[in-house]
Amino acid sequence: MTISAKNFRELRLDHMRRDFGGMNALRDITLTIKRGEFIALLGPSGCGKSTALNCLAGLLPLSGGSIWLDDTRIDHLKPEERGFGMVFQNYALFPHMSLRKNIGFGLKMQKRPQAEIDAKVEEALALVRLSKQADKLPGQISGGQQQRVAIARAIVVEPPLVLMDEPLSNLDAKLRLEMRAEIRRIHNMIGCSTIYVTHDQDEALSLADRIVVLRDGQMRQVGTPQELYARPAHADVAEFMGYRNILKAEAETEQNGRLTMRLGGAKLEGFAVEPGHGREVIAALRPEDLTPANDGPIAAAVVSAEYRGRDFYGLARTQEGLDLWFRSELSVQPGEQLRLGAPAERVLVYAGAAA
Amino acid sequence: MDTIPLIAPATPDRDSLKRRLERAGFDAITLLLLPAVLFVVVLFVYPALYGFWLSLHPMNGGGWLANYIAFFSDPYVYGTIITTLELAVPVTLVNLALSVPIALRVRHMRHQRLLTTLLVIPVTLGTVLTAQGMLNYFGPLGWFNRVLMSLHLIHMPVRLVHNFTGVFLSQIIGGFPFCFMLVLSYVTGIDPSLENAAAMLGARAAQRFRHIILPLLAAGLAITFCLAFVQAFSVFPSAVLVGAPSGPTRVIAIAAFHAAYEEYDYSMGSAIAIIMGFVQIIVVALVMWISSLFYRGPAGGGKG
Repeated sequence: MTISAKNFRELRLDHMRRDFGGMNALRDITLTIKRGEFIALLGPSGCGKSTALNCLAGLLPLSGGSIWLDDTRIDHLKPEERGFGMVFQNYALFPHMSLRKNIGFGLKMQKRPQAEIDAKVEEALALVRLSKQADKLPGQISGGQQQRVAIARAIVVEPPLVLMDEPLSNLDAKLRLEMRAEIRRIHNMIGCSTIYVTHDQDEALSLADRIVVLRDGQMRQVGTPQELYARPAHADVAEFMGYRNILKAEAETEQNGRLTMRLGGAKLEGFAVEPGHGREVIAALRPEDLTPANDGPIAAAVVSAEYRGRDFYGLARTQEGLDLWFRSELSVQPGEQLRLGAPAERVLVYAGAAA
Repeated sequence: MDTIPLIAPATPDRDSLKRRLERAGFDAITLLLLPAVLFVVVLFVYPALYGFWLSLHPMNGGGWLANYIAFFSDPYVYGTIITTLELAVPVTLVNLALSVPIALRVRHMRHQRLLTTLLVIPVTLGTVLTAQGMLNYFGPLGWFNRVLMSLHLIHMPVRLVHNFTGVFLSQIIGGFPFCFMLVLSYVTGIDPSLENAAAMLGARAAQRFRHIILPLLAAGLAITFCLAFVQAFSVFPSAVLVGAPSGPTRVIAIAAFHAAYEEYDYSMGSAIAIIMGFVQIIVVALVMWISSLFYRGPAGGGKG
């Protein structure tokens, strides 16, 4: 007997919508998730990602649209009728039950034979490496262990879809990295689809097959981690994906998508991502791509710098008062005058506010 | 090489009395307990012990235990224990049974405070006012009977006061708000994500109640039962005002009152009061023992 996800082809969200008293918490979410896919819902807090997860779980009713599992419409089903697994942010382990009983609860509700429950629970315990703690209560184990119990409890019923609501946000940095690998390993092993809500772009990039970026209840971009990292479709997505420098600029000339912009007194070159931008544009670039160079176009004074092991990351300010985050391989001191520059292919240009 | 300077052997630490007391958990803050201790001793310990001493000195002689022997040899008197239990146990159970579903529902409501206020008003009325209202409302010529009669649902007024039902209803009206408030606070202490987690694992509402809510509520329900039971067991005013104090609702408090203030036998009255206390202790101990078999601890789902 092995734990493996129930067979299905795809989960389809069709114009899913959720309002809270006249406010759109979620608008027009349309997405198809294939069996075995790992999807990360990424966005800042309040963007609607947890709402989306709760709608999928059935804990919140939809205000519009539909959810389909293959050819079955499921959005009117109660949570207990959907058969999805869920890992809660606070784990929601039953405090009065041993780990064994916690993990076996779902199977017990399905009225499976006791022998089968015992076998599956044993297997799930082994999968999350907690066999020795099986008879303890949740209050007697550490946060990382509780988190693993929560995962085991969700997957032991072999759900087609596992929903995870920021499951690592309560763990310390080291444990978070370990559990990240663990979650991906378990996902691959049982072959379910996973929808993983997070506000941490590192987590989303390292775990997901596809990332859905949400903002103000809308999907801003869907793509592979590579796509999102290299070419965010909008300036706000770029900002969220680590493009810390979001600069207002004026477009001057353009040739084959390569733009020359005026940034205060300096000239900057970059590539247009959004077609049809006007004169006012937004240039996005990562601190790691903006480095001191003798022929750099931007003159700025260092405000602060911090040592990050291999190199230094710092904040510099131009004469016009523009703040720039940059990286330097050499030590820099506050007050030092620098010339900063970035390769044109690393500067992404988006339509500005007036466009 | 330098010689190592000699240091006189340290004198063994002689901690002051203050330090030693502090280590044992007594410090200046402990003194703040004094008023409370004094209060309990003067107003509870002393009267209880005095009552006990009094009960062992019968008015008419006949040995230390004469009062207790007299109590347990007269069925009219010892029967009051049964009468009171027959009233107090069902009243407490009904109040608990009403409180749990209402609390579970109110927890999710938006106008929780308004509803809670409405439900709690009866507790502010006091027994006498409740009894007065009941006599008017449930009496033979009260609205309740008139409405039922004018609807031709009944031909004779139903008797709802001056009997067991009257006291029962009065105890429900007076006791429910108390039960409800306690149960509501225990219910809201249960992390709602636990119920959601159970639902995600396929548990229907009834199963969620049985496997999650009830076990986590058990300890709280036991405490609520004990407090509500003790309150119901010492029923006195309503048993007189809306009951039949010479017959079906002759509760143990009436027996004690009768002995002490109508026969002026304080010793016998004290003996009955002591017996009353023992019955309460036995029931409370039994309930607490049963609840100790269940989970006791925080009803949260983990970190966060």
